[in-house]
Amino acid sequence: MQKRVVFNNFWLPYLLVAPQIAITLIFFMWPAYQAMLQSVLQEDPFGLSSKFIWFENFERIFSDPTYLNSFSVTVIFSVCVTGFGLGLSLLLAVMADRVIKGATTYKTFLIWPYAVAPAVAGVLWGFLFNPTVGLISYFLRVIGYEWNYILNGNQALFLVILAAVWNQISYNFIFFLAGLQSIPKSLIEAAAIDGAGPGRRFWSIVFPLLSPTGFFLLVVNIVYAFFHTFGIIHAVTGGGPAKATEILVFKVYNDGFRAQDLGGSAAQSVVLMLIVVVLTVAQFRYIERRVHY
Amino acid sequence: MVENRPYLTFLSHFILILGAAIVAFPVYVTFVASTHDQQTMLAGVTPFFPGEHMIANYKEVLFEGVVGSRAPPVAGMMLNSLIMALAISIGKIIISIIAAYAIVYFKFPLRMTFFWMIFITLMLPVEVRILPTYKVVADLAMLDTYTGLTIPLIASATATFLFRQFFLSVPDELAEAARIDGAGPMRFFWDILLPLTRTSIAAMFVIQFIYGWNQYLWPLLITTKEEYYTIVMGISRMVNVVDAAARWNVVMAVAILAMIPPVIVVIFMQRQFVKGLVETEK
Amino acid sequence: MQLKHFLCSSAAALALSFGFAGSAAAQTEVQFWHAMGGTLGDRVSELVDGFNKEQKEYKVNAVYKGSYTETMTGAIAAFRARQHPHIVQVFEVGTATMMAAKGAVYPVHQLMKDAGEPFDPSAYLSTVTGYYSTPDGKLLSMPFNSSTPVFYWNKAAFKKAGLDPEKPPRTWPEVEEYGKKLIASGFQCGFSTQWQTWIQIENFGAWHNLPFATMENGFGGTNIKLTINDPVRVKHISKMAEWQKNKIFVYGGREGKPNSKFSTGECPMFMGSSGSADGFIKAMQGTEIGITMLPYWPDVAGAPQNSIIGGATLWVLAGKPKEEYKGVARFFSYLSRPEVQAKWHQQTGYVPITNASFILSKDQGFYQQRKGFDTAVLQLTNKTPTANSKGLRIGNFVQIRDIMDEELEAVWDGKKTAKQALDSAVERGNRLLADFHRANQ
Repeated sequence: MQKRVVFNNFWLPYLLVAPQIAITLIFFMWPAYQAMLQSVLQEDPFGLSSKFIWFENFERIFSDPTYLNSFSVTVIFSVCVTGFGLGLSLLLAVMADRVIKGATTYKTFLIWPYAVAPAVAGVLWGFLFNPTVGLISYFLRVIGYEWNYILNGNQALFLVILAAVWNQISYNFIFFLAGLQSIPKSLIEAAAIDGAGPGRRFWSIVFPLLSPTGFFLLVVNIVYAFFHTFGIIHAVTGGGPAKATEILVFKVYNDGFRAQDLGGSAAQSVVLMLIVVVLTVAQFRYIERRVHY
Repeated sequence: MVENRPYLTFLSHFILILGAAIVAFPVYVTFVASTHDQQTMLAGVTPFFPGEHMIANYKEVLFEGVVGSRAPPVAGMMLNSLIMALAISIGKIIISIIAAYAIVYFKFPLRMTFFWMIFITLMLPVEVRILPTYKVVADLAMLDTYTGLTIPLIASATATFLFRQFFLSVPDELAEAARIDGAGPMRFFWDILLPLTRTSIAAMFVIQFIYGWNQYLWPLLITTKEEYYTIVMGISRMVNVVDAAARWNVVMAVAILAMIPPVIVVIFMQRQFVKGLVETEK
Repeated sequence: MQLKHFLCSSAAALALSFGFAGSAAAQTEVQFWHAMGGTLGDRVSELVDGFNKEQKEYKVNAVYKGSYTETMTGAIAAFRARQHPHIVQVFEVGTATMMAAKGAVYPVHQLMKDAGEPFDPSAYLSTVTGYYSTPDGKLLSMPFNSSTPVFYWNKAAFKKAGLDPEKPPRTWPEVEEYGKKLIASGFQCGFSTQWQTWIQIENFGAWHNLPFATMENGFGGTNIKLTINDPVRVKHISKMAEWQKNKIFVYGGREGKPNSKFSTGECPMFMGSSGSADGFIKAMQGTEIGITMLPYWPDVAGAPQNSIIGGATLWVLAGKPKEEYKGVARFFSYLSRPEVQAKWHQQTGYVPITNASFILSKDQGFYQQRKGFDTAVLQLTNKTPTANSKGLRIGNFVQIRDIMDEELEAVWDGKKTAKQALDSAVERGNRLLADFHRANQ
């Protein structure tokens, strides 16, 4: 956690952390505290009247089937986004690490989506799959597949997963490639001389050495799927049809921002914050352990 | 390559070409859409090949401001996005690097408290706490300023964390030697540590630049003046037409333009980016 | 990259970017937040420019703040931080929320009186003002972009199917018959509908003189219940589900998403906002389209009654200096002038909300030029509004619309019958109405 060699200075460290801490306190801790306060109040949108109601907001959200539904949607969505996102980018990174010719061209194409804003990515995919004008839905129609994601919840979920994976694949790809390139070639050559084939070499040498990167990416991807896919869902499905794509973070936004249910939305924020704390602790503990070996 | 296996090499190329094609496809369609006129786009399925209106569409959005949306010309919005992305990325790097330095190289009361405080902010995106955050910014009279656009997004646990990881991997001997030479902590930081951190800074810059560039809801909420509009907001304004039909060809031209600066940053800094991540991951 | 350079230049960039903010204004500024993207945004700016040019005292600053939802929530958040605009455009489903916010809203009738601006609510269409007035007839917000659903048809497609292109269907059985003919001649779709809850549930009720909720659709109080599972609506929705099976009806999504179904020619018949007319004409250059009144079920007594409006009005938020409200009042007077209204109506297809502007448009020969653009007014004023057809005042309306959308989608998806879906919508909606009643007592 810390250097054996440290500097001694009474004021300097505080001075150095001060900007970061100040911004965190003002723009994170204080609003978070406000959200907690809001979660035990019943208030009208304009803030003209408010009433303390203990945990009624929490009782209300947890007895709301749509909220519980949102949990299971989030789990399915996150597992798919993380699983496909990591698997595909690992495959591409391993291949890109192998080839010599054209590697830069491939990389350039594969990195591009990283630069696309989630809000814009949502617009692009929604446009491609638009049941009336979309190019892909046209092909699907030609081959006789009934594509209508505005009515079919499973198709809608598939579409937002696809867009989310697409948007994140570059990031994973870059990290995996960096991880692969930092593996000493001598190790792999030694294994090859011992007669291990490419598959064997991958599973017994490359994969274990890549696992720290993999774990880091796992956490990053879960966080991404949980929170940062907001823009995609917002642009493609708006949580529908019939809440089939309403993940937790979207519901917080939808209930608070669109429907003006401040108390319920704040209560959901608090639940999300708890999830964040758990995820953070998990990541923190893991990474601390890793630093020791 | 350790040994030559033609079929494997072929397979690799095949998978990469397929992957690159699938990944690039939406961008291609966006580009194609941006080269047609309004009638073609509304008449039915999007064409597969580029049309003839490319120059007209791009000229319109770049310099004239999109007819039919009163959005300011794209050039101005792109400048705002650039200011926002640069301020956020550079600001984040500065405040995170000094915070990480303090946490790694000093022993002081509350060190762990601070670390946790920073760390916990890692994940919750601004969308979730947006209304209370808006209130704070409004109370500080920071609506409609570049300060308001950037400062609340500048606290970054990711950057602090990555720099911390990097500092931990720097050999202790360096600091030891600096101390024996009588160099103070700031001297050590400036002369020895910072030059070593260059590639990590580059990697961080790429990540945060893109984060800043891609913000949507935050700038929408806190700006009311056109001179602060960003390009991602501009796109939403063009898509979100209440009762009329969106001009997809023009929207797509703007989408392509909005992609270019971050793509340039990623491609030009690719080498340092990857190297920076490798070093941090060690 | 040279690090020192990098840091120096970044510090400079920071200093530069944080340096400047805001600008001074000599005139009294009035902030006006709206949600009109696309072409409509242009029109709003033109309106405002017109006002700013003809006088020097006040300057209205029109700001686009995103979708209707984003604009309304943005204004509410701004109000809580006391940074709100003078005027905010709020869509009709936000009406109950705004009305309940007594201390936050400056009622328009009061504003005009305080500012001494001449103002006569009876100059407006009663279907428009009725929606936004207190039970004793006092206007709370300024009607702006009002629309009502109308029936569009594609004349070329009608010709192709051997139908008379000048004879649109008048009733639902005729729509069915026309749909069958269109399908038989090779079309993949008979009709589609925008804003399904607004058109097929809310306006359907008014058009057939059926209540949407108890206590005069909520005009009489907040302790209300939904009544949308009546036999006529159940029959209508189950007919639509039946038509969907042979493509006479094709579902195209919520809100304005189905627009492309009509503009691409996929669906030759379409029910949509009158405000969409201009967009359709622009998009379908070369294809002639017709606009007429909504179809009705001839076996329902009293049908057709009159339709109700949608769109948005301008609400004035309280808490600004008195002088500035004079500017707001002046701006509103400008907006209600017949020539300004007529121009707005003719350019956009929104309803001419004053009688004078309707007459002016008629005198200018506008409806000869653009056939069908008077449909909306004629339909809104078809009969004197009843308790069932003067409007809706429903709390938590955004969520209730979401619920109705979900339940209807369940019907289109074949998961529920019309009766099950509407019963469930009533039950779920009533829970939200009870919440609203409790919170606003």
